[in-house]
Amino acid sequence: MSAARKPSEKSEPEAIYRFPHKHLLGIEGLGRKEIELILDLSDSYVEQNRRHDKKSDVLRGRTIINLFFENSTRTRTSFELAGKRLGGDVINMSVSTSSIKKGETLIDTSMTLNAMHPDVLCVRHPHSGAVKLLSEKVNCAVINGGDGTHEHPTQALLDAQTIRRHKGPIEGLTVAICGDILHSRVARSNILLLSTMGARVRIVAPPTLMPTAIERYGVEVFNNIRDGIADCDIVMMLRLQQERMKGMFVPSIREYFHFFGLTAEKLAFAKPDALVMHPGPMNRGVEIDSELADDIDRSLIREQVEMGVAVRMACLDLLTRDRPGNEP
Amino acid sequence: MSAERVAYLNARLLDPATGLDAPGALLVQDGRIADVGPHLFKDGAPSVSKVVDCKGLCLAPGLVDMRVQLREPGEEHKETIRTASEAAAAGGVTTMVSLPNTNPVIDDVSVVEFVARRAQEAGRINVRCYGSVTRGMRGEELTEMGLLAEAGALGFTDGTRAVASSLVMRRALSYAKGFGLMIIQHPEDPALAGDGAMNEGEIATRLGLSAIPADAEVIMIERDLRLVALTGGRYHAAHVSTAAAIEVVRRAKASGLKVSCDTAPHYFALNETAVGEYRTFAKVSPPLRSEDDRRAVVDGLADGTIDAIASDHAPHDQDSKRLPFEQAAFGAVGLETLLPLTLELVHNGRLSLLDAVRRLSTAPAALLGLPAGTLRRGAPADFVLFDPEKPWLIEEKKLRSKSKNSPYDARPVQGQVARTVVGGRTVFHA
Repeated sequence: MSAARKPSEKSEPEAIYRFPHKHLLGIEGLGRKEIELILDLSDSYVEQNRRHDKKSDVLRGRTIINLFFENSTRTRTSFELAGKRLGGDVINMSVSTSSIKKGETLIDTSMTLNAMHPDVLCVRHPHSGAVKLLSEKVNCAVINGGDGTHEHPTQALLDAQTIRRHKGPIEGLTVAICGDILHSRVARSNILLLSTMGARVRIVAPPTLMPTAIERYGVEVFNNIRDGIADCDIVMMLRLQQERMKGMFVPSIREYFHFFGLTAEKLAFAKPDALVMHPGPMNRGVEIDSELADDIDRSLIREQVEMGVAVRMACLDLLTRDRPGNEP
Repeated sequence: MSAERVAYLNARLLDPATGLDAPGALLVQDGRIADVGPHLFKDGAPSVSKVVDCKGLCLAPGLVDMRVQLREPGEEHKETIRTASEAAAAGGVTTMVSLPNTNPVIDDVSVVEFVARRAQEAGRINVRCYGSVTRGMRGEELTEMGLLAEAGALGFTDGTRAVASSLVMRRALSYAKGFGLMIIQHPEDPALAGDGAMNEGEIATRLGLSAIPADAEVIMIERDLRLVALTGGRYHAAHVSTAAAIEVVRRAKASGLKVSCDTAPHYFALNETAVGEYRTFAKVSPPLRSEDDRRAVVDGLADGTIDAIASDHAPHDQDSKRLPFEQAAFGAVGLETLLPLTLELVHNGRLSLLDAVRRLSTAPAALLGLPAGTLRRGAPADFVLFDPEKPWLIEEKKLRSKSKNSPYDARPVQGQVARTVVGGRTVFHA
């Protein structure tokens, strides 16, 4: 199982296995082997991205459209770079949801884009299930770049990639995911992925930010961060998504930071070599102490961004490999 | 004309009002039931204008659907009184009652009269309506309930919105009592329900959908029952869907409060798993609940805690449903599937055929003070002939409703309407 631990060169993953899904809509439904296939291929792209000449022609002649119905800089840039480094043609489309409300529906937009024969659509949407709905109306492959509070599979994959490169096999690790679980698609995808790979997953949040029946995922639930991260290998912090806070979930940022913000003092409860992750963008001083976030011995935050490009290259590659283009 | 006499022979007569369940015949004259019974026409051919051989099919009082959204006036692209009447007739419904959530809202005598006129023009089935409890269904000022009732409103409800203010609810119950009419509540605490799109629980969490806790229902009903005790008003909880709410109604009835309730087929024929992967046709209000709640609804129907079954017919066009789940409209069409879905409970041994007809016809007619819901001599000749066993497949494209948003597409059911008669006139014939 731990065979593909070191960055592997070329051939063997491709030769062994082929990604069996048309789309990447979520981690749900992916098996261990499929996840490993993506991660192994990502390792080779990490190497490519560190070279002087970063470009290859894997996606030559292919068209990728980044369709973002929600503001995003880093994820969109990451998808864009991934496509370009593989030699594909990448178009960015930002559609504010207000203009969607005005007239054209999600389905109209998908049909219009589909008629332009893209090979891959990378889609982010503020509503859960919207990317799946769109995928049913197009011929090309669709990558979910985050839908509502449902899933964000490429984030979970890049997190796994980062963990694997530092801690070896994910199986047997203890990972604490802390913060606004309720509104987090990153949390849902990570819980599914890490559990599938055999990690023990803990969830840490105040009860108001904990989704109903979250224990049904097979995770351990904590309301106290010190208990929650005790003896953990990885502490994954989530953004306190203020823009999604429609009501009063926590009384104040000050109180939240006091009880749930990650500081060096709280991190001391985890394993001595525990590492800190955050999907970004960070709210310094809200969910994470600023100095800790910048501590290169403990924080993997910048590396996560690097892995993001490699993982997205692997996803684009696998979803277009041996597949005909989107022809009329 | 007035002398036309039509005899329906060889039927299985079902009348929950009299407990009749026997082979027999029925005679229609002047739009009314002139005679009925197992012994009628036993001694030979009657002298009538026309004879209908029912071939052993069930003949029951027509369905009285106490909860239908008509969309006319205001949203005729989704449904009109005419198209809803066609669908109703095909479903064995002889009287339907419209919620006031039209545009304009039925909060004024002129709109009640408009509905009556359009119903007459459609000329299929009896179409009645409720008035809104508050002007514009805004939950603030009471409507002219007395005048609305005089014009024909059968009761008062703010449709798919709860009357949230305790003070307004108290006054509404109090005032409507003076006219002997009931307040029908959409029992869902709006603050607790928030902008939830489905039932709270594991499935909503996995789908990442905002959710409505089951408790939002019982909280509203418990508050309302206190106000019923305070005012002595008549109260009806619409489409109850949770075990907790049904238990509260059960206890309230036992204690003698003037309370009744109905449910819709969704709440005993489906549960929250029907949402699957964001199927917006399964987005209804209240949301589809857990399997435990679904079972409690069946139990509530079996023991009579739930008085009536209404379709909760809520037509929506494709543009309102082909959207991300949270943005899609609530509701499903149901006029044509009300009878076969209810008959599932009969086939599953949970309701007798007579009790099924009681929940669909006799009980809602009695709650609304209508003379329908029975085959008694002198009653309006509103009845349905149906084959309770006949298997068929629900197909959304074959629905007569202008909107096709049925969560039951491709569901096999048993029991089909053969003929619907309203005021002695056949309005549907399979």
